[in-house]
Amino acid sequence: MRKIENNKAWFLVLPVFLLVAFSAVVPLMTVVNYSVQDIFAVDNRVFVGSEWYREILRDPGLQNALLRQLVFSIAILIIEIPLGIAVALAMPRRGRWASLTLVVLALPLLIPWNVVGTIWQVFARADIGLGGVLITQLGIDYNYAANPMDAWATVLVMDVWHWTSLVALLCFSGLRAIPDAFYQAARIDGASGWAVFRYIQLPKLKNVLLIAVLLRFMDSFMIYSEPFVLTGGGPGNSTTFLSQTLARLAVGQFDLGPAAAFSLIYFLIILLFCWLFYTTMMQMGRGPKA
Amino acid sequence: MKARHLLLIGYVVFLMLPLYWLLNMSFKTNQEILGAFTLIPHDFTLDNYRVIFTDRSWYMGYINSIYYVTLNTIISLSVALPASYAFSRFTFVGDKHLFFWLLTNRMAPPAVFLLPFFQLYSSIGLFDTHIAVALAHCLFNVPLSVWILEGFMSGVPKEIDETAFLDGYSFPRFFLTIFIPLIRSGIGVTAFFCFMFSWVELLLARTLTSVDAKPIAAIMTRTVSASGMDWGVLAAAGALTIVPGALVIWFVRNHIAKGFSLGRV
Repeated sequence: MRKIENNKAWFLVLPVFLLVAFSAVVPLMTVVNYSVQDIFAVDNRVFVGSEWYREILRDPGLQNALLRQLVFSIAILIIEIPLGIAVALAMPRRGRWASLTLVVLALPLLIPWNVVGTIWQVFARADIGLGGVLITQLGIDYNYAANPMDAWATVLVMDVWHWTSLVALLCFSGLRAIPDAFYQAARIDGASGWAVFRYIQLPKLKNVLLIAVLLRFMDSFMIYSEPFVLTGGGPGNSTTFLSQTLARLAVGQFDLGPAAAFSLIYFLIILLFCWLFYTTMMQMGRGPKA
Repeated sequence: MKARHLLLIGYVVFLMLPLYWLLNMSFKTNQEILGAFTLIPHDFTLDNYRVIFTDRSWYMGYINSIYYVTLNTIISLSVALPASYAFSRFTFVGDKHLFFWLLTNRMAPPAVFLLPFFQLYSSIGLFDTHIAVALAHCLFNVPLSVWILEGFMSGVPKEIDETAFLDGYSFPRFFLTIFIPLIRSGIGVTAFFCFMFSWVELLLARTLTSVDAKPIAAIMTRTVSASGMDWGVLAAAGALTIVPGALVIWFVRNHIAKGFSLGRV
């Protein structure tokens, strides 16, 4: 769609700008402030420049956490995005069943994040939890509290359980926004199911998919409450993700300076990836086909 | 066609299993939860729910959460609707930068930001009020709303706007009587997402409240650590946290399912 150039549109955007800037700018600048100071007490601080940044970037513990975090987020995207699209395509389009499926899909999203961890903490236990018992019945030796691989798998499955619905709901609403005329035209042309998906549904889903990918990336990259409650970061450090490392530094040791530097680096990493996703997916939409 | 249904049924079963277990636990005594594996509660009890509905500090948590979440949804939608219209229809100085900057506000890891947030809202005297949490949650809900709504609005052909203006509609009248009904499925989805993200957010809500506006998720963590894991009450409280959101999606389900209809204009 061709857009009109009109700077008066700023008046429509202004409320959003002011509201978000109010909550965003002051805290961000405060954190930037912390990150260049050594804070002993509220009124006793020393300017240390980039020292915390250098320290954080050299810390091997943080590098490991970053690596784990990247693997985790990429695995999440690879599983949840295709599964979410598939579920959205499989959902009934209208009628009572459509309503019911929508409500059921939304249920995991509505549970506060610490409760999600608590549910899975019991659900996955091999002695008293339904999930754990089912897996043990299959003859698999499973214990998420002792075996790092099991812990990883549990956190991953928990996240898929928790968040795939988000992708599915977004895609479903995107699919519903495609006018029937498109499908009728495809039927007249004798297009196969795959062709309908590839050339009608997928391009129309671009916008919602971009939202889904970015949201899932950001939120999985900052995942905190669920693994914290489920495994506490263990066994060992196997499920200690970045945000947990950060929280240990900030709350546990109250090292405000390094923690602030860490947050800003963390923030920049997320920003970088989101920007990459954003520009690539926007480019894709403008491919030769369009 | 068969494979599609199998996938959907399999997925729904996968979703329901942990939820069933939560519900199951909420009707059990603590001894039964921790003592043995039982598919259905042997000593069926409603005591866990009774604790929540009779203790003011418990049920006020739900009321607080519902209050600030509703407030947040209303604020987010009312500022995001005009803004996303501007983004979907016009180019203006700094539009792309502004759009991306809005998104970046969802990308800040909360742990360190909590302290400045606390200071900011304390200094303007809003600490421990519902409006403070509602405003703080705007930080991530407003960008999300703008973003989702912009997608839906871009799907509406611009000829509709032009025809309406030619017919003599003023902008507010066009926006309220023609445009908003057209994208109601988008508004439904957006309202649901605002409600949901505000409902499940814990760290900010906990930092900005102490007594009067304390959210249910924070009350749950406190009570658990104090009484040495009361699993039954925790499960009952968890089951109840799903109810308000389920009602919301039930109300917006038609808007999501009906989707986009050009027949109205």
